[in-house]
Amino acid sequence: MTRSHATSAPVRNEADEPSSEVLRFDATQGLELDCGVVLAPWRIAYQTYGTLNADRSNAILLCHALTGDQHVANVNPVTGRPGWWETMVGPGKPYDTDRFFVICANVLGSCLGTSGPASRDGEGGKARGLEFPVVTVRDMVRAQARLVDHLGIETLFCVAGGSMGGMQVLQWAASYPERVFSAMPIAAAAKHSAQNIAFHEVGRQAVMADPEWHAGRYLELGTRPEKGLAVARMAAHITYLSQPALHRKFGRNFQDRTAPTFSFDADFEVESYLRYQGRSFVERFDANSYLYLTRSMDYFDLAADYDGVLAKAFKGTKTRFCVVSFTSDWLFPTSDSRAIVHALNAAGGSVSFVEIETDKGHDAFLLDVPELLETTRGFIDAAARARGLAPVKKADRA
Amino acid sequence: MSAAFLSDGQSAARVDLLQVAEMVEPGSRVLDVGCGDGSLLRLLAEGRGVDARGMELSQAGVNECVAKGLSVIQGDADTDLAYYPDGAFDYVILSQTLQATRQPRVVVEHMLRIGRRAIVSFPNFGHWRIRLQILFSGRMPVTQNLSYSWYETPNIHFCTIADFVALCGEMDAKIERSTALDRFGHPVRFAMPWSFWNLFGEQAVFVLSRK
Repeated sequence: MTRSHATSAPVRNEADEPSSEVLRFDATQGLELDCGVVLAPWRIAYQTYGTLNADRSNAILLCHALTGDQHVANVNPVTGRPGWWETMVGPGKPYDTDRFFVICANVLGSCLGTSGPASRDGEGGKARGLEFPVVTVRDMVRAQARLVDHLGIETLFCVAGGSMGGMQVLQWAASYPERVFSAMPIAAAAKHSAQNIAFHEVGRQAVMADPEWHAGRYLELGTRPEKGLAVARMAAHITYLSQPALHRKFGRNFQDRTAPTFSFDADFEVESYLRYQGRSFVERFDANSYLYLTRSMDYFDLAADYDGVLAKAFKGTKTRFCVVSFTSDWLFPTSDSRAIVHALNAAGGSVSFVEIETDKGHDAFLLDVPELLETTRGFIDAAARARGLAPVKKADRA
Repeated sequence: MSAAFLSDGQSAARVDLLQVAEMVEPGSRVLDVGCGDGSLLRLLAEGRGVDARGMELSQAGVNECVAKGLSVIQGDADTDLAYYPDGAFDYVILSQTLQATRQPRVVVEHMLRIGRRAIVSFPNFGHWRIRLQILFSGRMPVTQNLSYSWYETPNIHFCTIADFVALCGEMDAKIERSTALDRFGHPVRFAMPWSFWNLFGEQAVFVLSRK
């Protein structure tokens, strides 16, 4: 799990000089945060795909998950790999970029160009580190709303996302109901469970126990808590899968050997796989960002802002919702989605709810799951008809 | 869930669905409980400009509906109607699903609470053919429209038209309209006393409201 510091350069560059579009706000254009701090100056990095129509009525905002980024459907500048939602986003895909103007912004607190602990956009030009205020999902959504304002979009045709992205979707629908025509929270929850907070705490403790963390000042010191962050990722990665999927993929197979070595080497395939996941994660993600973003999810409890009654968050909503869960997702189980559906029912909202059968666990929302594609296509097409958006003519396809 | 009653291949243009759809005022808000593959929702949304929502027990049915662009949730009539507020809909429809619920009375009471009107259609267990089967064979009836054997049927709460009328009385529900349908789903065209419909109606459709 060792590697040279040279490879840490890409994250640093993307955190400071992202290859995305960047919207900058100066000292007079601060962002008010839930913790009471006004963040200024600050910036938000984002990608767009497709073309905004004359009515500005065809914009879809995609919200990324904990360790995701704004590179939804283009080659990722850090990893060189395809965008994280290329199954869903592109010409002729469910979020059809021939038809819709798709926006995705790096969330506040992350490390791909938007202000966060790794960005050097504060006073003195050094990485903000732990001086960066603790942000919430609502703060992320506030930041996105400023971007959407800047793009001249009054109402988003759809806001969609999975996991932490789904939390942002719910927050959008609650904070700006008239600006969200349709919403797709996928594999999400209206509050983070005790179990999920517990897993996040394990991850944070792993990071902070690494001596290279240096109380969060590692970037100033030219080092990084790679081992701690890798362990955090390994533990988290297990929660994104399912027992049957792990068994199907690895069983008790040995890694490049036929018998145990009576050592603490990665004898088993599953160990080798997790080590690889940890290793590749630290090459693309900032450890402090991981602390901040896991914290934002822990703090998320949408009902708490509405007298503890989730239905009140959606009172009078005209947004068309499509809630999606996966049978084998034990991190954000179907019961969490069902609670959202019941609240929307109680609020008289328009809601579809699909539970998709798969053994791929929480990560299913990122994977090529045909029923997710069909559900999204059906929901988006029907919403587009209701919004009066014309279908794409075959001749107009690129 | 509505498919529980019908044998295969009848979902395309079921006459009984047309009968139900015809009872719904255009442009109203409708919840179809046990909406199956969404045939009735489509009839209502496309034919009558209705704001149509559905609830369906089977996940396959729900996914099919949502992929068609219908607004449907996975849910169980016995447990999930409780989450809807009073008067949320103009109509709540239970089409060929009553007999598959665990607590038919509670379900119909919720329907009357949630909707201004409830439309309930169900197979009539008092039909003469069913009576004759029990009388002569002494076995639980299996007919073309009720094709399950007793040990595998999802239909656990059969009733007759007379039973349902009695239940409406007990619940203090007002019967606004009612129609008996023959085996092909066409209305029995003449007004008759309940006892006649109970004998000759193969299915029944009731429109109820709170008194």
